[in-house]
Amino acid sequence: MDLLTLLQVLDSTVRLATPLLLACLAGLFSERSGVVDIGLEGKMLAAAFASAAVAAMTGSVWLGLLAGIAAATFMSLIHGLASITFRGNQLISGVAINFLASGLTVLIAQDLFGQGGRTPSLIGAGRFDPIILPFAEALSGVPVLGPIYAELISGHSILVYVAFAMVPLSWWVLFRTRFGLRLRAVGESPEAVDTAGVSVPGLRYAAVLICGLLCGLAGAYLATGLQAGFVREMTAGRGYIALAALIFAKWRPVYALWACLLFGLLQAVALRYQNIDLGGITIPVQVMDALPYILTVIILAGFVGKAIPPRAGGEPYVKER
Amino acid sequence: MTQAPAIELKGISKAFGPVQANKDIKVRVMPGTIHGIIGENGAGKSTLMSILYGFYKADAGEIFISGRKTDIPNSQAAIAAGIGMVFQHFKLVQNFTVLENVILGVEDGPMLRPSLARARGVLKQLSEEYELSVDPDQLIENLSVGHQQRVEILKALYRQADILILDEPTGVLTPAEADHLFRILDGLRAQGKTIILITHKLREIMEITDTVSVMRRGEMTATVKTAETSPEQLAELMVGRKVLLQVDKAPAQPGAPVLQIENLRHTDAHGVERLRGVSLTVRGGEVLGIAGVAGNGQSELLEALGGYADATGSVMVNGAPLPLSGPGSDGAARRAAGIAHVPEDRQTEGLIMAFTAWENTVFGYHRDPAFQSGPLMDNAAIKRQAQDKMTRYDVRPPDPALAARNFSGGNQQKIVLAREIERDPDVLLIGQPTRGGDIGAIEFIHKEIIRLRDAGKAILLVSVELDEIFALSDRIAVMFDGRIMGERLPEATDQTELGLLMAGVTEAPDGDPIKAVEASLGQKEQREAQAHD
Amino acid sequence: MDKMPAWADAVLVPLISILLAAILSALVILAIGESPLDALSLMIEGALMRSSGWGYTLYYTTNFIFTGLCVAVAFHAKMFNIGGEGQAMIGGLGVALVCLFIPFPHWSLALLVAMLAAAVFGALWALIPAWLQAKRGSHIVITTIMFNFIAAAVLNYVLVNLLRPAGAMDPATANFPEATHLPTFQDMFATADNPLFRGAPANVTFFLAVLACVAFWLLMWRTRLGYEIRAFGHSESAAKYAGISPVRITVVAMLISGGLAGMMALNTTMGEAERLVLNATEGAGFIGIAVALMGRSHPVGIFLAALLFGFLYQGGAELALWTSIPRELITVIQALVILFTGALDNMVRMPLERVFLALRKDA
Repeated sequence: MDLLTLLQVLDSTVRLATPLLLACLAGLFSERSGVVDIGLEGKMLAAAFASAAVAAMTGSVWLGLLAGIAAATFMSLIHGLASITFRGNQLISGVAINFLASGLTVLIAQDLFGQGGRTPSLIGAGRFDPIILPFAEALSGVPVLGPIYAELISGHSILVYVAFAMVPLSWWVLFRTRFGLRLRAVGESPEAVDTAGVSVPGLRYAAVLICGLLCGLAGAYLATGLQAGFVREMTAGRGYIALAALIFAKWRPVYALWACLLFGLLQAVALRYQNIDLGGITIPVQVMDALPYILTVIILAGFVGKAIPPRAGGEPYVKER
Repeated sequence: MTQAPAIELKGISKAFGPVQANKDIKVRVMPGTIHGIIGENGAGKSTLMSILYGFYKADAGEIFISGRKTDIPNSQAAIAAGIGMVFQHFKLVQNFTVLENVILGVEDGPMLRPSLARARGVLKQLSEEYELSVDPDQLIENLSVGHQQRVEILKALYRQADILILDEPTGVLTPAEADHLFRILDGLRAQGKTIILITHKLREIMEITDTVSVMRRGEMTATVKTAETSPEQLAELMVGRKVLLQVDKAPAQPGAPVLQIENLRHTDAHGVERLRGVSLTVRGGEVLGIAGVAGNGQSELLEALGGYADATGSVMVNGAPLPLSGPGSDGAARRAAGIAHVPEDRQTEGLIMAFTAWENTVFGYHRDPAFQSGPLMDNAAIKRQAQDKMTRYDVRPPDPALAARNFSGGNQQKIVLAREIERDPDVLLIGQPTRGGDIGAIEFIHKEIIRLRDAGKAILLVSVELDEIFALSDRIAVMFDGRIMGERLPEATDQTELGLLMAGVTEAPDGDPIKAVEASLGQKEQREAQAHD
Repeated sequence: MDKMPAWADAVLVPLISILLAAILSALVILAIGESPLDALSLMIEGALMRSSGWGYTLYYTTNFIFTGLCVAVAFHAKMFNIGGEGQAMIGGLGVALVCLFIPFPHWSLALLVAMLAAAVFGALWALIPAWLQAKRGSHIVITTIMFNFIAAAVLNYVLVNLLRPAGAMDPATANFPEATHLPTFQDMFATADNPLFRGAPANVTFFLAVLACVAFWLLMWRTRLGYEIRAFGHSESAAKYAGISPVRITVVAMLISGGLAGMMALNTTMGEAERLVLNATEGAGFIGIAVALMGRSHPVGIFLAALLFGFLYQGGAELALWTSIPRELITVIQALVILFTGALDNMVRMPLERVFLALRKDA
């Protein structure tokens, strides 16, 4: 494999890892606050549709982005209502949100555009363009480093850079700020937060809203950055891979980056090569498809480093008598 | 001069549905004093304090803090009013450091670093001032219960609380740790802090409080100066009549050994060895009481004997050895071997709260062929025997179709007792028989235990209430850190000697007994921490 | 005392939840410019007013009974099995292997063996998550989700690389032999002068599903195993005290759950398609969640809920055929039912409890 091929695979890895990373960090905020979220898929899907639809209608990708964030946040609020205010089952609420998004997106798309549940293809200002970093062209002649800069680091849409910047930002918020301390505390021991005079629902709603915001970015990137428009079920299980990455990353932002890059790499390889020949043994493409899930099961089984979720995760907070 | 009371409650009432938890409560607590509130479980003490801490809103009544009428709609307001609370179950974040727990909710600004730095200084000062030393960078999960409690007190002091409420603070402490706590409270009182101590232990009230209020069934029946009252008078005020914790019983007539335990060992899921070579013998016709502070292996002992914790060593019933792990070691096998078990917690172990009473009367015995017809369960037969048991044990209401959760605590306990005793077991394991029951139920249960003893059964009683151990036991074994520290006859020992044994101190210490206790506890803590790594 | 009578909790809460879901669905239909009443009458017309409509409705109902029971068994053991979809896929593989490679003399024998194969394959696919939950504490919701995707990959591989007949393009097996074809309702009930259920896929498996409901009831409320599963579901610590092994109950309950999901494949693969296709389950595993929630994990409730969803599915197909409302409307309704009955149930229950408390005070 030559350098250029390698760079192309890695470049595709970065693109494919971006929505995973944003969704994974979204889940991280939610679950760190004690609200389990298996509805990442649905929020992303809703955001993907809303951003593509608005971008197609207005011709502005930025308005699309806002619409995407609004849609995902709306879904988040439903989840918050069910799991925080009405102390319902968070898992079931997540499942419901996934179906709600799956149905509503096609229903509305069909109603608005009549193209079999998809939006028109986005062109021009309806999409996020790649950003060519300074000197990318000039430096591409430099051996090894030049192509890495020009091919791999430069030339992504703004949301890719935002996603990667979110990793240190999330870490900083969680571990260096008052808000982060309280957020982590409410996911471990809501009664400690409550008796300290801080509102448990307030913190959890804040976390759920951040989750919506990040899912909104993830979905918008899918429909306006990675691809040019919305097609039905375009998230294709990415929300679940993000969930897997979250477990893989043991609910830590920096680990989340590596987990998402790994799963992105698997997707990139599966996309480029149908079957991989490893010295006589052929690895079918289906193995690559299934690998993120298999790896997550192995991690969950605790054979390689036990993943311990936030202690109060999934349990609605009820003041004891 | 007339000083305004630190706290004054006027006419506080609170109902949960049909249950009147607090009725027209009036009390005044002067600043710089320790005020005890004593009452049985369910008397309404905790509800009252939760109202004071803003957890519940009172239906009626007023709160005055230092003479000023104060609304306390939430914990934030309570903290602002200078009230700090140390709950029975600590409200700490287990995987945070001491420092992080202390600043949670009262950080100085949006960034953590300056808050942590300031708290470190304040903590150092506080711990020197009040003998409250804890390592500020240690994770809570690595601290002993006594130290976690200190963190709770530090939290309150860091929030500049002038009024400190402690809810049953000694329930999880050894007597020596409790003494240390009282020294701390003494020091706080000397600094002018006002302390409210909620407890059901008369000894503590007499030892440290200045004034005491008695609560019964949601009402405050009296407030008196501690110096002017006696334990007997308080006990009478608590239950409304003279209470004799003495149980009428003839001397035991022990027979042959029925339950023989040799070198029993058990290691929990975290790798901590919870039973470290326990050897005990219980004869037919006697009650062996296991005394000890909660969390020293008593629960594991019951679980291992009851067949739901794997163990090594040997256990024999009537000379026949029982398998302690693998096939044939489960609860069903133990029941078949003649061991009945009234567990420590009837709500999470002894009963399925959502099941009907009749379903619960065969719980654990549901595989008995008597309750089968062909491949199916013989529900008609089960209902018949349930009705019979409930009538004979005077379970109220005597309705087998009612879900277990709809019975009162005492009646739930009766359902469990009826189920376990009616099988005519050779061995009865009974854990914390009086937990959560009312006086009437407790007396009933105590009488049943003695009746079974006199019928020649071997009874192993586990209780954290020393009074109960003394009242029922024919012999007392003390457990500490997974071992039996010694056996005593109730007539030949006293609370002080048992207290030292409960803290792991077996020989009369040369110097300060508290130092000896601390050293012993330190060793236990270290052992557990090592197992965690 | 309980805050409200058991019947209110079992009947009133789900009914009100469904009503809320229906109102919101009607609003959705209004929002896309169609009339909810017209839509409803079209659905009733298409699903219930003709025998062939019933033939489709009952076909879908059969699927949903199996997957609803699958989710319900797990619910009783306090587990959430989202893996019904994957278990049904693998169950389908079992059916296909049996039908393709064993020469059966008669459909009845084929049905018996295929039933066994479907149940065993489905159960085995649930075994690993169950074992991991019981022994390693791995959260079964996450592992079963993962196993859905792994199942899809496995099925994809098997169909594309192994079972696809030479020269065929679509990822599917060859058609099953004639002897394995199950009698449809048309075969059973149509006469020369009364052509009932014409062309509809409902088949003999429907009766198996009804039998499964009865067996489920007997298992849960009349056997020791059911007693133990329910006891474990209510309180694991109490179950341990009573000598009920959590590992055994977790594994057995999930095996039954997976087996029931697998048996759904009898209906789709053997009864309808008569070959194994890639997307045979069509999300029925997930609809089982809505069905079990709505049916309160009780077989009577599950039967009725499955019937409702069968009607919605057939009615939805009719809508898509005759109006501009796509089939995804049904997905939205399904989502709303799950949301209201499973996650927002307290929103309905809390005011209702207040009403009953007030009534009791007055009385």
